[in-house]
Amino acid sequence: MKTLSFPPVRLTFGGFLFALAAAAGIFYPWLVPNDPLAADLSLRLMPPNPAYPLGTDQLGRCVFSRILAGTRISLSGAVAASVLSLVLGAAMGVCAALIRGWVRAFFTGLIDMGLALPGLILALVVSGLLGGGFQSLVIGLALANWPWWARLIRGLVSTARQKDYVLAGRTAGLKKTRLLTHYLLPQIQGPVLAAAVLRTGRIILAFSSLTYLGLGPAPPAPEWGRMLQEAGIYMTRAPWLMLAPGLAITLVVGALHLMGQGLDREAP
Amino acid sequence: MLKAVLKKAGYTAFVLWGISLGTFALFALAPGDPAEVILQSRHESPDPQQIQALRQELGLNDPWAVRYCSWISAILSGDLGTSWQTGRPVSDTIWERIPATLELAGAAFLVMVLISCTCGGCAAFFRHRIPDHLIQAATIIITAMPAFWLGILLMYSFSLKFSLLPTTGRGTTAHLILPALTLAAGIAMLQASVLRTSLLRIMALDHIRFAAAKGLGRPMIFFRHILPAALVPMVILWGISLGQLAGGAVIVESVFAWPGIGRLTVDAVLARDIPTAQALILVLSFIFVVVSTLVDAVHRKLDPLLGHTL
Repeated sequence: MKTLSFPPVRLTFGGFLFALAAAAGIFYPWLVPNDPLAADLSLRLMPPNPAYPLGTDQLGRCVFSRILAGTRISLSGAVAASVLSLVLGAAMGVCAALIRGWVRAFFTGLIDMGLALPGLILALVVSGLLGGGFQSLVIGLALANWPWWARLIRGLVSTARQKDYVLAGRTAGLKKTRLLTHYLLPQIQGPVLAAAVLRTGRIILAFSSLTYLGLGPAPPAPEWGRMLQEAGIYMTRAPWLMLAPGLAITLVVGALHLMGQGLDREAP
Repeated sequence: MLKAVLKKAGYTAFVLWGISLGTFALFALAPGDPAEVILQSRHESPDPQQIQALRQELGLNDPWAVRYCSWISAILSGDLGTSWQTGRPVSDTIWERIPATLELAGAAFLVMVLISCTCGGCAAFFRHRIPDHLIQAATIIITAMPAFWLGILLMYSFSLKFSLLPTTGRGTTAHLILPALTLAAGIAMLQASVLRTSLLRIMALDHIRFAAAKGLGRPMIFFRHILPAALVPMVILWGISLGQLAGGAVIVESVFAWPGIGRLTVDAVLARDIPTAQALILVLSFIFVVVSTLVDAVHRKLDPLLGHTL
């Protein structure tokens, strides 16, 4: 029983951080102090200084500008993969929960097959096969994550349909589509929203892991995982290079985790 | 009982068959002509006749059903194909690499259980006090960190800065410490928070208060009544962590140049070595399906609420 209602600290703080990151992703062309792609070998591996707040990388590019520009790639990729996997998984999960007989057996089997493989390996192989660009990364991550969504939504819908008022709606002779949209989906939207926010954080981690391994947008593009991979090479000469991109990923993912936990607590 | 086991085994076999079909389709639908890729990897500039000849040799001109049947029958007889990259049988390479990954995963599993039990136990016993808050803050930070970044940072501080441990490669126990820690940290912190919740839930139950009221010592209460019940949800988490460890091994093995299956998968994918990647997916999913079925069975045995059916 709640006696005191605290302001949702996690939700507010996480939301604020994520809003900052999203703003950086949208407005970075006006925010960057230098061109994120402009290379100048005479300025390579500089430590942080007023003109280059986080120093320069091995090609003399401004790390701070590249971090800001990288926000757009990571966030858009992760959100796209998250939405795609949610739509795919929701369709499968609803079918597996509501339709009886062979259809249910088919979808249940499909979900179990999808769950059989660790998602990161599936994402790696699929996006590698598709050529390894930004789009193939999104498709690979979506394919790797839908079984998880399908299992969650199948469980939520199975519980939701046992409520008495759903039975009442069925007895009243409502159409199945109306039952789904007005009786079942409103029940599960709270937990699904919380899970979606948390899942997007996991997908950002997977996204940067795959770009760290060498997949993803082609080299000049400023991508956090790729930046860390390059920073690892210059670890002895320029150790500060490996701090900023990792911190950026951690902050964005941490913000999403806090938001997800906050939403989870707010959900009835 | 026997009937239930057979039914479960039949379903597992069906899932595995589906996975083989999915794997085959995935690689058959992938863009790019395999024959061209092979010839290019041999550093030749292929002309159309060479490509056609190789396609014929590989059976790429046959209908899909024929290709699937010949592929699956070869696998069932133990032939996982030949690597396009090295020209060696894929099964040899996999067998060579498996011990390294098992070593890493085993060490990471131990570290994971150790961290999750210590942190989860501390957080539960010092609930709402400083150790609990510290552990919760650490959980938020470590689970939000990409594993490869944690690995790079550990490598920099322990190997380069203080030269306490070797940077990369495999060999002594010292080589194992950083990769195992990197692989285990994120998963362990999540498990610690589950253990914390589980311990707190059990400690609030009536029979624990009764045990204390009848004068049982605190260690006795903890080890007899609290711990066994609190560990039930952990069993399933430890079971499914195998999949997470394998997924994480792909990253960690690349960071620390660890010669295992994960590194092999990355190399095969980046070099578009389809037979190797295909075989790895199949072998790995086979292991996971079998293990998760076993974990599920153990969990049902341990948790009386789930019933004894398989």
